[in-house]
Parts: sequence; structure tokens; C-alpha cells
Amino acid sequence: MVTSATNFSRTGLSDWLVQRVSAIVLLAYSLFIFGIFVLYPELSFEQWSGIFSNNAVRLFSMMSVLALCGHAWIGMWTIATDYLTSLQLGSAATFVRLVFQLGCALLITVYLLWGIQIFWGS
Amino acid sequence: MLVSIYRYNPETDLKPAMVDIEVDVPTDRDLMVLDVLNLAKEKDTTIAYRRSCREGVCGSDGMNINGTNGLACITPLSSVVKPGKKLVLRPLPGLPVVRDLVVDMSIFYKQFEKVKPYLMNSEPVPNIERLQSPEDRAKLDGLYECILCACCTTSCPSFWWNPDKFIGPAGLLQAYRFLADSRDTAASERLAGLEDPFSVFRCRGIMNCVAVCPKGLNPTRAIGHIRSMLIEQSA
Amino acid sequence: MSALRTISFDAVIVGGGGAGMRAALQLAQSGYKTAVISKVFPTRSHTVSAQGGITCAIASDDPNDDWRWHMYDTVKGSDYIGDQDAIEYMCSEGPQTVFELEHMGLPFSRTESGRIYQRPFGGQSKDYGNGGQAARTCAAADRTGHALLHTLYQGNIKNNTVFLNEWYATDLIKNQDGAVVGVIAICIETGETVVIQSKATVFATGGAGRIYASTTNALINTGDGVGMALRAGFPVQDMEMWQFHPTGIYGAGTLVTEGCRGEGGYLINKDGERFMERYAPNAKDLAGRDVVARSMVLEILEGRGCGPKGDHVMLKLDHLGEDVLNAKLPGILELSRTFAHVDPVKEPIPVVPTCHYMMGGIPTNVNGQAIMQDDSGADVIIPGLFAVGEAACVSVHGANRLGGNSLLDLVVFGRAAGKHIEQELASGIEQRVASESDIEAAMSRLNRLNETSSGESVAELRAELQGIMQNYFGVFRKGEFMQDGIKKLEVLRERIKNVHLVDKSNAFNTARIEALELENLFEVAEATAISAEARDESRGAHARDDFRERDDENWLCHSMYFPEDKRVGKRAVNFKPKTVDTFEPKIRTY
Repeated sequence: MVTSATNFSRTGLSDWLVQRVSAIVLLAYSLFIFGIFVLYPELSFEQWSGIFSNNAVRLFSMMSVLALCGHAWIGMWTIATDYLTSLQLGSAATFVRLVFQLGCALLITVYLLWGIQIFWGS
Repeated sequence: MLVSIYRYNPETDLKPAMVDIEVDVPTDRDLMVLDVLNLAKEKDTTIAYRRSCREGVCGSDGMNINGTNGLACITPLSSVVKPGKKLVLRPLPGLPVVRDLVVDMSIFYKQFEKVKPYLMNSEPVPNIERLQSPEDRAKLDGLYECILCACCTTSCPSFWWNPDKFIGPAGLLQAYRFLADSRDTAASERLAGLEDPFSVFRCRGIMNCVAVCPKGLNPTRAIGHIRSMLIEQSA
Repeated sequence: MSALRTISFDAVIVGGGGAGMRAALQLAQSGYKTAVISKVFPTRSHTVSAQGGITCAIASDDPNDDWRWHMYDTVKGSDYIGDQDAIEYMCSEGPQTVFELEHMGLPFSRTESGRIYQRPFGGQSKDYGNGGQAARTCAAADRTGHALLHTLYQGNIKNNTVFLNEWYATDLIKNQDGAVVGVIAICIETGETVVIQSKATVFATGGAGRIYASTTNALINTGDGVGMALRAGFPVQDMEMWQFHPTGIYGAGTLVTEGCRGEGGYLINKDGERFMERYAPNAKDLAGRDVVARSMVLEILEGRGCGPKGDHVMLKLDHLGEDVLNAKLPGILELSRTFAHVDPVKEPIPVVPTCHYMMGGIPTNVNGQAIMQDDSGADVIIPGLFAVGEAACVSVHGANRLGGNSLLDLVVFGRAAGKHIEQELASGIEQRVASESDIEAAMSRLNRLNETSSGESVAELRAELQGIMQNYFGVFRKGEFMQDGIKKLEVLRERIKNVHLVDKSNAFNTARIEALELENLFEVAEATAISAEARDESRGAHARDDFRERDDENWLCHSMYFPEDKRVGKRAVNFKPKTVDTFEPKIRTY
């Protein structure tokens, strides 16, 4: 069993599943958006906001934002542990990685809050 | 023909260098790369490399031949170099070089040992062999044949990035060899040792391992099976 | 004390092949401080190349199979100079040893009932030769050696055996009382030379097929253990007995298993004739290896060889069908395609008898204890020295080894030696001491090599040695030729003594190792040559044009070669098995 400082004790299996499930959600959502553009070639803002006032669509959108956040977090963590390792950076690696991931976490939180505001804000 | 060999002797060289050596290669037959290397060593005895069986079963002479990992003894010259071109030999990538084409394989063996590469069976030992159906035995085909040459693992970018954490294709192939053995009773213990985010899950399905395996084995498929078993176990 | 670093063990095993690792496993399980010194990572040892299987009466193919039948075959195969007590031990202990390997995880092929698959091999019979061909060779496809070696390595990992991998033993350390106290060894990676002290030193250094130009053996098979024993003045036994395997791939020398013929393949000459029917009407292609190899050479000499030069014959497999070949002989398909550029599914494989196995070696008893003779010719145990596997001559193979018996030899006697050493250690033997001058003596060869400033190259001398052995001591031998050969070797000895080591660096200096190996090859070659010239009869693998008959009156015995005065003596064969009646010598036909 391999452990890592910034692992936050998740298992590889849960990460792997989150990546796959979130990817499916994001794919479905992308198809949904694409479908809207196909169905309404000359989409107006009224139509657009009409669609998004539907609670099911808002829920779906929110799920996708969450999926995006999860996907990004695991993806960025993976990238960090591939490229920002002691093999490349020496003893500073853990610190660099923590800073990098703090940045990622901040960005992801901002996107999440922004998403909530867009879909559920007044 | 011209052979370009990665040369590094820690006692005399500050840095490694590619050094050309001219080797007289007979033209009446297709030599193996190892034959050429042996001829080169007759001219310059200081060239260091490993070799043993010279028939592709011991796994000693894994090296990087014109950019691709392979066993020198079963790689025909004609398959890697066009007439008139250079043969370029480098050590296996991703491992520390001891000298010339010899790499330090300790971390590779350590990853192999991590998967508990031996049969574990908690049931009482019978007086004869444990029975196994031909069908169950067939599940070990494509797994047990591994020769630990490290061609696959050292061609894997995930192993290059995390050689201390990612077990690598060779080790995982052996992990699955025991998971797949109907005589082994330690599947859950084995799986518990593999569920972290690194050991197995750093495999990105790049499949370099499959492309270079000199025995035609498929570690990526074995890794897929391990993943399925992990999912089944957690379900 | 010596300036060299000293490492001490209860037991040290030199060689990480099948025999060495089986002995190591036994000792590791007992908890004694044991180390394996191997010049290559253990799974690179030559056991890995064994293909066909491990012969043993486990009664899977035939529920009535009996280890005594296996013993009969082995005694007959040895042309009656195999020691019957040792053969009895091997054949009766065999099943238990094979089951242990299976329990360790060896992936044997299986029968429908789930038991270990057994295939027919040469020289096998039921009911003491009266019941027809037996199928007694336990197989893991055609990769049994690979499967066995890896299983043993895995077992050793499980039991935390200490491995000194890529360490090379250069010479024995012998003290003033003639006891063996350890070895001098070089760590190849760093070049450091170390004194390894041990209460028991086990040589499991394998064969020396590289004394011949054409061999199935790995490049590492340089007879290091036999060379070291000879330099220490210990005698070696039956060194004239070299097995030429009938089916080495023509040109490349790589082995094609006897299992091919066991599965129904057969040899043909240029007329497409299945010629073995003429030489061995009953067993045909599954006669003893010496018989088949000689028949092939006769076919070639009489002008029925294949190819433009008429210098090989063909092994036909295509009639077995692609499915059988894929299932039973997948490794052979691979090797043939790579080295013979031939697809056995469609066309026959060009083959030629190729040096394969050293039946002789360091004489031992069934406990692996090395033996020498006192002045009266009686056996004396060499204190501290053991030998197992191909390096040893127990002797279970006598003048000709049966296919599948080498893997059995490795595991049975590796295990037996381990058990015996365990007992000795438990009884509290002391570490025998070596003086400064004993260590100096053991270091002399290495020191000399490291100080050379001129002389010939290793590669040149080695090629010359291999040429002499190939030409003068091949399948058929003749007195005058051999005398010429011996003279040539005498000249070569001086030249090899002056071999020039150009590269004196320390880190992974393979040139130094090759120079040291060359001296071992030479020791083995000379012992072979002189023993072969002395045995003026034909027996088993030793076939002489000038003495075509077996001479039981004078030579129903082992030859013993004494290196100090290059003399060939005799040693009695054991004809006293413990639980069965003696198998009396008979005329040997197949």
C-alpha cells in the first residue's frame, strides 16, 4: 500500500470511479448542451434562460459542476504527483505540490460557488 | 557497420556519451543485436552489458535498441536498422545507469517483491499436488511466462514519474498471475495491498508495455483485470 | 588479518540456479544464516532454459506408475555407471519433491482430472522395460525450467533468503587441514573483493557447455565450480561424459526439447526417411539421447544429411497440427521462428547434435558432500564442501543422462544437501579457520590477472579452446586425435595463464569476469580431454572409434581425474540400492 502526503487517504479505486462517473456526467451534459444548440439553431436569450429555469435542468447543471470539480481535483492531484515529485524537484517537492494544490483547491472552490450562484442565485 | 553505444564508466567519466564503434558484421546471415554487441566487445573489452541465455528466456539483455526497448538476443538486426544505418544502443530508460548498458534494477525488483509474488494458500497441504482444471490453468497463460527483463516497466511513463510508488507493468502482471491462480487463497489480502492511488491506478493505459514485451504478453490487460477485481471486491 | 572485508555465514551457496535455490530454500526455512552468491540475478540462471519437463513417477499419466521403473530406466540410461543408491534416492524422493514445487505454485500443465500433465520422453519405459513407452515427464508446457526457476525464486523471496546477486566467486579458500572454509568473491557492481567465510560451502554452479564451440548452454555456463575445485586440487569424476543433445537448432545451437519427439515429432534425413526406425526399432526417436545423437551423426557422415552442406537433419512436427503445437510446444514455435527462420507448423526444423550437459563433475554422496580419495583409493569426505546440480556428480546420470532427469536432480539433491547441512549446523559444527596465507593462496589468481600488462585476448583464446574441444572431443572420439587435442591444450594452458586484462576498472567490469571464467573453462576442458583419452571403451555418451565396445571388465566404474598430477584413476560404482535389488548390467538397446 502506497501512501502520499497529499493523498487525503482516498483509495485509488474511489478516485478511479469518481473520474469515470464524473466523466460520464460531463459527457452527458455536453451532449445535452450540444442537443440544445442543434434543436434551437437560432437560440435566443429568452429560450436559453427558459430552459435553465427548469428545475431538472438546474439540478443536472449543478451535478455537472460538481462532477467538474471532482474530476478537476483528482486530475490536478494526479498531474501534481506525476510531475511535481521529489524525483524532479528534490526535497522541495512536497511544499511545491501543497502550494500548487492549494491553488487548485481555491480555483475549484471559486468555480463551485460561482456555479451555485449562476444556477440557484436569484 | 557503425554501432553507437551509450558509454559511461563511473570511475573515469563525468558524463555519459554516445560513442561510435565500427564492427565487421558478416553479411551472409541476419545477426541478432547481441551478436553485434559481442563482436563489438571483442574489439573493445571495456563495453559492459548483461547477457546469459542468448535465446530470449533469461531476460538479461533488455536494452533500448534504436529507440525501442527489447532483448538484444532475439532482436534481428534487420528488424531495427536499415542497411547502411547506425545501430544505436542505450540502457533501459528510467533506471540509474551502473555502467554503459548496465542499469541498476533494484527498484524494479523491489516493486516485483511488493506484490508478494508467491503462492499463498492457507488450506492444508494434500499428499499429492493440488488439483487444478486445465481451464483454471489456462488462466495463467500469458502471465507466468514473464522473464523480468524490465523492458515493459522501463518503457512506461507512469513508472518514470513514480518509480517508487507505481508497481509497473511487470510487477502487476505477476500480481495478477497469483490473483488468477485457482490455488491461491489470498486474493483479498493481495487486493488490499493494491487499492491505493499509486500501485495499480497510475496505469493510464498507454500500452507501451504491450508494444515492447519480447514475450508477447499483455500487462495492460492484466491491470484491467486487477481493477475489475478491486471493483468487484468493493461492491 | 587480511586487508579484505570478511563476511560470515552458516552456509553459503554459490550459484542461483535450480539446485542452488532449492538448497537455499531449505536452509532459509531452517533459519540459519545463509546466502546465495550468484553471478547473475537468479532467474537468469541456465535452469530457465530447460524446456520439456521434470521426470518423476507421480502416477498421473499412469496410475500404476512406479518409481522403481523410473529407476530402472535411469540405471539403463546411465549405461550402468550411475550409482544405484543415488538413483534410488532420486527416483523415490522425486514425487514428494515435485509435489512440494507444485504446492509452491509451479504452474504445471494439467490433465482433464486436474493432475499434473506428463509427457513421454526418451528412454522411458513401464515395468522395467517390458511395458512399452511411459509418459513420466511432468511439464509446464515447454517452459518447465522457467516455471521451476521462477517458482523457486518466489519461494526464496517468501522465506527472506539473502541473495548476493551479481557477485562472482573466484576461488575456494582451503585451510592447512584441507578443509574448505569459504570463497573469495567479487561484487561485480563495485569490484570489491571480499572473503566469504562459511561453515558449509555449496557449489551449485551448473555446467560448462561453453567449452564447446557449439552448445545449447547459456554464455554463463563456464564451469566455475568445477574449475575452482580443480584449482584447489580436488578430483572430479566422469568428466569425459558430455551429453550431445540430438536437437540443437542448426547454426544457432539453441535447444529444441526432446518433448517435441515425446509429443510425436520425429527426425528425418534428406530422403525424408524416419531413420531412427533403423537404429532403435522399438523406441525409435525416443531412444537414449546418446543413441539418437550418434545415429544422426552417422546419417550425416554417410551422406544423408540435409542442406547444401549435408550437415544436419530435420525434426518434423507439422503433422501434429497447429493446435497441439500451440498448446504443448509454444516456446519451440517461438525459438524456431526466431533462430531457424522456420515455422514448425508448416516445415521441419533443421537440427544437429549439440553439446548440452556435463554428466561428470565434483563427486558427491547423496547428501551433496564432496568426495575425494585417500592414498588407498577409499572415499574421503572433503570437510566443508558440498556440490549439487550439474556441477556435481552424485552420480545419477552415469554415462548418459535421460531427458527430464536434470531438473529432478537439481531439486532432489538441492533439497537433500540443504537438509544435511541443516543437521550438521544443528549439531553445532564450528567455523573452520583460514590463515592469512590460505587467503593469499586463494587470491593469487585474481592478483595475477589484475597485474597483467601484456598477453593475448580472452575472446581469441576462448574461441581456440572451444575449437579444440569441438574438433577433438566431439560425439565420436579417437585415441590419436585426442592425444593431439591434449597437446594443443597444453600449449593453450600457458597462453591462457598469460591472458591480458586490458580493462582494470572496478565498476561492473565484465572483461575481468570473462577472463576468470576462461580459466575455469580451461580446467574443465583439460579434465574432459584427459579423462576421455583414458577411458578406452565406448559407453553412453563416450563413443570411441578405436574402442567401439563397452568394456565392463575394466571400465564398469567412474573415472576420477586428479588435477595435481593430471592422472586418471577409478572409483567404484555403487551397485547396492537400499530397498530394491541391484540392476545388473545388460546390453543396452532401445
